[in-house]
Amino acid sequence: MHTRQSASIFDIFHMGEFFLRGPAAEKAVSRLITCRVDDMPEGKCRYGFMLNENGGIIDDLIVFKLSAEEFMLVVNAGTVDKDKKWIAGNIGPNVDFSDESDNIAKIDIQGPLSGDILSEILGNDIIKDLKRYHFKHVDMYGASVLLSRTGYTGELGYELFFTGEHVVEIWDKLNAFENVMPNGLGARDTLRLEMGYSLYGSDIDEKHTPFESNLSRFVCMDKGFIGKEALLRQEQEGFRTRLAGFICEGRRSARSHFSIMSGEKIIGEVTSGAFSPCMKRSIGLGYMDKINIIEGNEITLTDGKIEIPAKVKSIPLYRK
Amino acid sequence: MVQDGLFYTKEHEWVKIDGNEAVFGISDHAQSELGDITFVEIPEVNSSVAQSESFATIESVKAASDVYAPLSGEVVAVNEALRDSPEIMNTSPFDRGWICRIKISDIKEKDVLMSSDDYTNYLEEKTQ
Repeated sequence: MHTRQSASIFDIFHMGEFFLRGPAAEKAVSRLITCRVDDMPEGKCRYGFMLNENGGIIDDLIVFKLSAEEFMLVVNAGTVDKDKKWIAGNIGPNVDFSDESDNIAKIDIQGPLSGDILSEILGNDIIKDLKRYHFKHVDMYGASVLLSRTGYTGELGYELFFTGEHVVEIWDKLNAFENVMPNGLGARDTLRLEMGYSLYGSDIDEKHTPFESNLSRFVCMDKGFIGKEALLRQEQEGFRTRLAGFICEGRRSARSHFSIMSGEKIIGEVTSGAFSPCMKRSIGLGYMDKINIIEGNEITLTDGKIEIPAKVKSIPLYRK
Repeated sequence: MVQDGLFYTKEHEWVKIDGNEAVFGISDHAQSELGDITFVEIPEVNSSVAQSESFATIESVKAASDVYAPLSGEVVAVNEALRDSPEIMNTSPFDRGWICRIKISDIKEKDVLMSSDDYTNYLEEKTQ
């Protein structure tokens, strides 16, 4: 709740940062991921996916266009090795590809006051015109920082990327602000779930395509990318289940792998569930038969022992 | 912290004996291990509880956990405040975070419980 009212800082050092450089980099990146990169100006970033040949999601990521010949991909911590192998096997010999995850620290600052706090440090001009999904290089306490206006909480927020030797100083200086509280990944997980954002490994994985995960808006079907043929087939053939949100009747939370029932019939499975302190009720996401995904539809979530009444709800699950 | 004057179980429940009645709760160690408590399923008044058997469920951000009865008896009162404010168990585990009060069916059952000193030693051994 502090994040939604004030500002929180999160230690996100664990995420992976890959760089693809050289004249062939843009084409390689474009082929690897579902979002367009050719129309991105320098200083722009975009959310997208790497898909396998079946259209299943290998990872979700954000691509940063540093220059016409330099791209940074920020990937999930748990998939760094898998992603590295996939990228290396799919970019050809003319692209300079490096994994700089071990050198790069990341701190997220998220919350309605985060802009004011960064303005105090960097000056108002830098923050004022930094739009969503854009980034700038700034100097912060003597460190060279890539500052993006991005985040995983649904609040105004920023992500700071810099080399590891600065992490303690930057963390301590941000933490010294009266309105700032450090927060952990548990809180971050609740915040993203309130927004209905997917978590790789829980809500999105190689077994589901972006269409099934209700994330088709991050797929540009007007360009080529690995996995496109599979998506075209799925567009033709259709698909039965889709990721959707729900809100429980009370505080009791459904957990991953709980069944989703409509009456006596199993219609799906929970992928994420948690108690939302902002809503004082439990919420979650799960794959359900598409015909049951109607706002307000009554469902029951069960592990065979407890039964939790809930209703289908469109995302974001939390609205201020 | 361990509160004096109470008896404890290996599963980190406490019981306060009050004449022929007893009050149950979870220890400070338990609430700390559980993390932020988000939901408590409390027993019904007039239901029976049996020593060492589950009589309540606590859900926290991390997981769901059973709570085991330190003594057997019949539930005469429950802490209704836990329905809307289960976080009381985190902030006041020995006082306002009590779970239920029972009428004790067999006081001799308390012989298997730990005193506050024994529980303190038990915790120290566990954390070594």
